[in-house]
Amino acid sequence: MSPLEEVFSRCRDEGRAALVAYLPAGYPDLATSVAAVRVLAEAGADIVEVGVPYTDPLMDGPVVERAATAALKNGFRLSQLFDVVRAVAEAGAVPVVMAYWNPVLRYGPDRFAADLAAAGGAGLITPDLIPDEAGAWRAAADEHGLAPIFLVAPSSTDERLRTTVEACRGFVYVAATMGVTGVRSSVGASARTLVERTRSLTDLPLCVGLGLSTGDQAAEVAAFADGAIVGSALVRAVGEDPTLGRLRELTQELAEGVRR
Amino acid sequence: MSAPGRFGAFGGRYVPEALVAALEELEGAWTDAVADPKFVAELDQLQRDYTGRPSPLTEVRRFAEHAGGARVFLKREDLNHTGSHKINNVLGQALLTVRMGKRRVIAETGAGQHGVATATAAALMGLDCTVYMGEVDTRRQALNVARMRLLGAEVVPVATGSATLKDAINEAMRDWVTNVEGTHYLLGTVTGPHPFPSMVRDFHSVIGREAREQVLERVGRLPDAVCACVGGGSNAIGIFSAFLDDPAVRLHGYEAGGEGIAPGRHASRFSGGVPGVLHGAATYVLQDEDGQTMETHSVSAGLDYPSVGPEHAFLHDSGRVTYEPVTDDEAMDAFALLCRTEGIIPAIESAHALAGTLRLGQAMARDANEEPPVLLVNLSGRGDKDVDTAARWFGLVDGQDLVEAEQLKADEPVAEAEGSGW
Ligand SMILES: Cc1ncc(COP(=O)(O)O)c(C=O)c1O
Repeated sequence: MSPLEEVFSRCRDEGRAALVAYLPAGYPDLATSVAAVRVLAEAGADIVEVGVPYTDPLMDGPVVERAATAALKNGFRLSQLFDVVRAVAEAGAVPVVMAYWNPVLRYGPDRFAADLAAAGGAGLITPDLIPDEAGAWRAAADEHGLAPIFLVAPSSTDERLRTTVEACRGFVYVAATMGVTGVRSSVGASARTLVERTRSLTDLPLCVGLGLSTGDQAAEVAAFADGAIVGSALVRAVGEDPTLGRLRELTQELAEGVRR
Repeated sequence: MSAPGRFGAFGGRYVPEALVAALEELEGAWTDAVADPKFVAELDQLQRDYTGRPSPLTEVRRFAEHAGGARVFLKREDLNHTGSHKINNVLGQALLTVRMGKRRVIAETGAGQHGVATATAAALMGLDCTVYMGEVDTRRQALNVARMRLLGAEVVPVATGSATLKDAINEAMRDWVTNVEGTHYLLGTVTGPHPFPSMVRDFHSVIGREAREQVLERVGRLPDAVCACVGGGSNAIGIFSAFLDDPAVRLHGYEAGGEGIAPGRHASRFSGGVPGVLHGAATYVLQDEDGQTMETHSVSAGLDYPSVGPEHAFLHDSGRVTYEPVTDDEAMDAFALLCRTEGIIPAIESAHALAGTLRLGQAMARDANEEPPVLLVNLSGRGDKDVDTAARWFGLVDGQDLVEAEQLKADEPVAEAEGSGW
């Protein structure tokens, strides 16, 4: 069983959804981000999504965008990504990476896959790479035993849902709403509808993201999906409290939410 | 072209899944529209009665004295309504927006010309309009910000990243992915995800079609070379497209050389960039070794962009078009020369093409009894928006005067400030 299969099977046995927690590598600096992903793992995140700071994050709202800018300003280098990934694995959670395509392309998709796998990474989420353009990446991921994880959106046609889930391994990233990352006050009906549409096409776990920030929202999503993805709220917690106390509390609240 | 939306290895659709449905809808609407005689007639009529096409071809003899004895002809896109070539594409896409039943357009703008053209078309067709513009650019092109607002558009200054054109595109993409159902992203150049590079090229191909005919009529043969500035590359591809299959016609694209070759001080993608992906397209990108987009610099906001349309990447690699940088200094010298010799104030973007033309004319060696070479230049826009930049550049006004003038303007009631006659 792959590490992602193992996580979802364990969650299923425990009758709960998985908590997928996002933080960008290198934010606000490398050392703090390594400590932060350890906190996520200790406080109950099952999967940690390590973001690659990028100059042009067009799927991200202001919270993640500013964090990426800060990380780059503080000298983040792509090779440091693998240190953060390793820290997640050592702390006992399953690491996946979220990266815009150009940094991976420049690094070399095959070399990136090799280095990610060597660091203990389980997969890669690509917000601006759709399966249609991902031939080289899917081959490299296959070769190194990594899961390519693509997004489905409320606007996806049935035909595109089908081809996208066929290209996914590990899990499917279900974008809850039309829009960018950020904190929203309600989950909205479109997430549930999209999960139902996607469920009819695949047995892969379905994780819902974009906008979740509280234990209640995590619980709401856990009722109809296999995982709840939380990003901006955690990033904000790191920004507000670099001693990471706030991050630990929020992660615990979210972990409690997916267990309700 | 190897596949739809591909120019060799370049182009494609590197976008969030959420946008794919809208791109497919747009591609369908565009394909249908260009086969619909009613759409074609409507666009033709707008181009004639609203834009003022065909734009004239002007031979510039006094300017050409500095171009090694070549004959130089300007394709006068500066005389279009709104002052640049941008309106050609905007009217086409605005008609498509109406055809798709969408009521709102959004756009990015650098120099402000695309934003002004979009605000203009939105006013004409009764659409809501939001224009994203880097905060740095809102300052250097303040006149165009005012023009857009007069036309009823909302102008949103973008402070993220480098606060220039690329960041305005990011912000427009974020708006689009959130509001895609009722909103069309009226992209202003030949980059972005398919179908934008092909569609925007086709809407600008009228420049090349007219110019080819006009040159044939005027000199009885094709030009020896065609020159254009290349930001995203829309005015260049518009004029080049009519000559791609004429191997005897040399095609020259001029990029912003800024302050020279130092990284971050120019926007010459074909000198300092490597293939990558930015804003939905595989193309040349100015990037560091981690794939982070580099800062760029140019005296002209419209050329200050770290990547370039994918078809240009293809034409570069195939060798069909030659791309060279033109520095700020060279562009401003050519700007001044056209003003003084011809009474035409060009956009600073277009001045890059003029500087390249001077260089090319001087380099085209020939003996005296040969017929002079014929150079066709796309004068993509007029320089009204750049008067402030140029006045500072040439020291025509000193800093203190400007501060005082601004202060006076701010203090004075509008009626008095505007009361000097016309
Ligand atoms: C007058 C003028 N020329 C050229 C450009 C550059 O764009 P493109 O390369 O797409 O023609 C601009 C862009 O703002 C412009 O305003």
